[in-house]
Amino acid sequence: MPWQTRECDVLVIGAGGAGLRAAIEASAEGASVTVLSKSLLGKAHTVMAEGGMAASMGNVDDRDNWRVHFSDTLRGGQYLNNWRMAEIHAQQAADRVRELEAWGAIFDRTKEGRILQRNFGGHKYPRLAHVGDRTGLEMIRTLQDHGIHQGIDFLMETTVLEIIKDGDRVSGVLAYDRERGRLHLVHAKAIVMATGGIGRAFKVTSNSWEYTGDGHALAYRAGAELVDMEFVQFHPTGMVWPPSVRGILVTEGVRGEGGILKNSEGKRFMFDDIPPLYTDQTADSEEEGWRYVTGDKEARRPPELLTRDHVARKIVKEVKAGRGSPHGGAFLDIAWIKEHLSDAEGHIRKKLPSMYHQFKELAGVDITKEAMEVGPTTHYVMGGIKVDAETQMSCVPGLFACGECGGGLHGANRLGGNSLSDLVVFGRIAGASAAKFASEHGDTSINEDAASDIEAAALAPLERSSGESPYAIQYELQDVMQDLVGIARTQPELEQAVERIADLSRRAATTSAVGNREYNPGWHTALDLPNLLAVSEAVARSAAGRRESRGAHSRVDHPEKDEQLGTVNTVVRRLDDDSMEMAHVPVVGVTEERQAIVKEMG
Amino acid sequence: MAQKATFRIWRGQANEGGFVDYPVNVEDGMVALDVVHQIQAEQAGDLACRWNCKAGKCGSCSAEINGKPRLLCMTRVGDLDLSKPVTIEPMQAFPNIKDLVSDVSWNYRMKEKIKPFKPRTPDNEDGTWNMSQADVERPQEFRKCIECFLCQDVCHVIRDHHKHDEFIGPRFLVYTAALEMHPLDTEDRLADLRHRDGIGYCNITKCCTKVCPEHITITDNAIIPLKERVVDEFYDPITKLLRIFRPKKS
Ligand SMILES: Cc1cc2nc3c(=O)[nH]c(=O)nc-3n(C[C@H](O)[C@H](O)[C@H](O)COP(=O)(O)OP(=O)(O)OC[C@H]3O[C@@H](n4cnc5c(N)ncnc54)[C@H](O)[C@@H]3O)c2cc1C
Ligand code: SF4
Ligand code: SF4
Ligand code: FES
Repeated sequence: MPWQTRECDVLVIGAGGAGLRAAIEASAEGASVTVLSKSLLGKAHTVMAEGGMAASMGNVDDRDNWRVHFSDTLRGGQYLNNWRMAEIHAQQAADRVRELEAWGAIFDRTKEGRILQRNFGGHKYPRLAHVGDRTGLEMIRTLQDHGIHQGIDFLMETTVLEIIKDGDRVSGVLAYDRERGRLHLVHAKAIVMATGGIGRAFKVTSNSWEYTGDGHALAYRAGAELVDMEFVQFHPTGMVWPPSVRGILVTEGVRGEGGILKNSEGKRFMFDDIPPLYTDQTADSEEEGWRYVTGDKEARRPPELLTRDHVARKIVKEVKAGRGSPHGGAFLDIAWIKEHLSDAEGHIRKKLPSMYHQFKELAGVDITKEAMEVGPTTHYVMGGIKVDAETQMSCVPGLFACGECGGGLHGANRLGGNSLSDLVVFGRIAGASAAKFASEHGDTSINEDAASDIEAAALAPLERSSGESPYAIQYELQDVMQDLVGIARTQPELEQAVERIADLSRRAATTSAVGNREYNPGWHTALDLPNLLAVSEAVARSAAGRRESRGAHSRVDHPEKDEQLGTVNTVVRRLDDDSMEMAHVPVVGVTEERQAIVKEMG
Repeated sequence: MAQKATFRIWRGQANEGGFVDYPVNVEDGMVALDVVHQIQAEQAGDLACRWNCKAGKCGSCSAEINGKPRLLCMTRVGDLDLSKPVTIEPMQAFPNIKDLVSDVSWNYRMKEKIKPFKPRTPDNEDGTWNMSQADVERPQEFRKCIECFLCQDVCHVIRDHHKHDEFIGPRFLVYTAALEMHPLDTEDRLADLRHRDGIGYCNITKCCTKVCPEHITITDNAIIPLKERVVDEFYDPITKLLRIFRPKKS
């Protein structure tokens, strides 16, 4: 057999926060576990998370509890969330933070010596456990350093090409390693998908090369449903200048620490229009806003800390009205806090050290003295593999999903900080359920013909001597998504996008990559394309089906909310003829008890 | 404001290869990683290079630029002398896989040997501990490490003397220091440091501190205090005696 083979009970695809947590749990349950990841251990996207991890521990404001977190999450998601997932998440997040501490994480502390929590958009109370602005690094390093001592088999820089099935059940995967281009056949009783997001489908993004929607696409092709794919979060504050850093994230923590948004006229435009759902919770004056960020419990949050979709749209509006910054963004000013603090410079450098370095080193801007230029950047996909809330299993037996590639928790818009907590809450559940599934179900067999077909398709770009460059197709797709499926959408443009994607898919089947199988990025780009194209189609089709504006999905031709659409989620699935079907299904987990909590919290 | 420049990039596999010159139009604000990407897209689709975050956060894109160990994504091209070719080559202390990609697996093996975190029993009933910000500041400095391994690359003990089997290198001295100075940790790693990890090989040249992109004061804050603890433990019976009566981390 031409493949390197290995066997395990549970195969985890992805070594970010979700995958590592799943692997640790599955292993603790007695399963043999293999983890595959596209990059080296500790380099997954989770490492980039900055602001923090949401959990209602109530260390800073003891009015906080899981009910408030639950209802904040639903309000942020415009009630399209899977309500049961939102409940589990809010109930368990605090335990997961404490568990990280028990495994060696060192969060910033309160005066009493407990874990410090900070303000973030859409969270009623200070809720984000954090370490300066490098919380993701703390999380991934803690899980990595704990995980390497649990007897887990890690295979780094190994990318899954396709899932192999035995009847309805998943039975393994074929993957290739970057180093030599060797193929690996992994035979498993259960698979946990934890591959992260899809940001590379867009031109301006805070995401890395890894975010090509592999897990979404692999699961879709294996028969799973994708839910809420129209909801792509455009983070309001990405860097806009210089061009080479365009899209790199500027953490919301800047606003949490008191940063304000201004237009070219120096006006703090966020006070202009405040969405009705949030008027009661938003400060009336700049003075009240400042009191909020400095911990006054009576004060309400400044409008800069409204949800991301709203802030992003407001910035775009200012730019379109000709009141943008020189390079087409808005000004984000943290230096102004020197009006209130004597050691503002020291404070900023202490609280936002990596932002300080990022601007200093990449843009030549000293954020303790000058304002930053910021604009929206593609950041996160709320949509993902549709799973059962209790087990995280998709509709394909033995296929589980967690983390950003899973869908349901965030609804129409994710609150900042709710991803890191999502990773560990549902990573743990997925790992435990996968181990249980593996122990309760017998062996499967691997269809070697299927594996051979996958291999042939994977090697094709290297064997074609003429054909388009995979980079060219990737760039063109990014333009299509950015221009036609971006922050402000219309029906004709979305339909045009679907056609353009179909055309690009045809061309992607004939790309050619120069060079050999060893560490060849051109070839890897060619292999990513089918995944990127599948998720792009899912986003465009789902967006075309939702003729309303809600959360992160904003339709120029349907600017209002539609009551009926407010009760359904979009799903896409693959039909036998390989076409994509889109449907609306009722929101999951709405019960009277949960509705009562939402009502009580106001 | 495009400017013409030449990038001399090491191409090859498993240490066999040579430098190839690529002409590049340098735009405002570009970093070295952008140059590599531009060459990949336009001139050499198979040029191998690791990267993830493009923001100095993941430690993937380590290489040597004009002979200095640096992150490609945090090196602004405008700060380099473009009047002569800029060389980019892989880290020299590790085996080469291809082009700019090094085999850094040795580092992962070293880490696995170091005894993991072992906390004292929780202070509070809910399983949590109390620690003051002042007590955690030092280990927090060490935990900023992004595992770029540039410090390993520059350290002469590894780079020139190839003591990979006897010396864990500055990165893992920082890692050990973070564990040893963690207020909750109860494990003892001093014997390992002295014998297996070869802390004695470090002669405090401070080259590691100079290249650390996270600005961790590796030598002064991590290595020297660890050396002192090792000395106290093995050569100073009085301190050792005191230690028996005093908890290790008070
Ligand atoms: C700059 C930035 C800042 C952020 N800040 C915050 C924050 O403050 N708070 C918050 O809650 N969230 C934040 N987020 C979001 C959050 O970081 C991510 O959503 C989260 O880390 C995703 O984790 P994950 O475990 O799902 O996936 P990742 O951490 O992305 O891991 C995905 C893994 O899957 C692997 N993989 C992918 N495809 C394949 C394949 N085909 N084969 C094998 N392996 C594969 C990858 O190699 C990787 O190991 C931020 C995101 C960004 C980009
Ligand atoms: S100070 Fe020690 S560890 Fe650092 S480079 Fe010099 S010899 Fe190596
Ligand atoms: S200590 Fe600094 S130089 Fe060494 S690996 Fe960590 S971040 Fe890199
Ligand atoms: S790409 Fe992450 S540090 Fe350079």
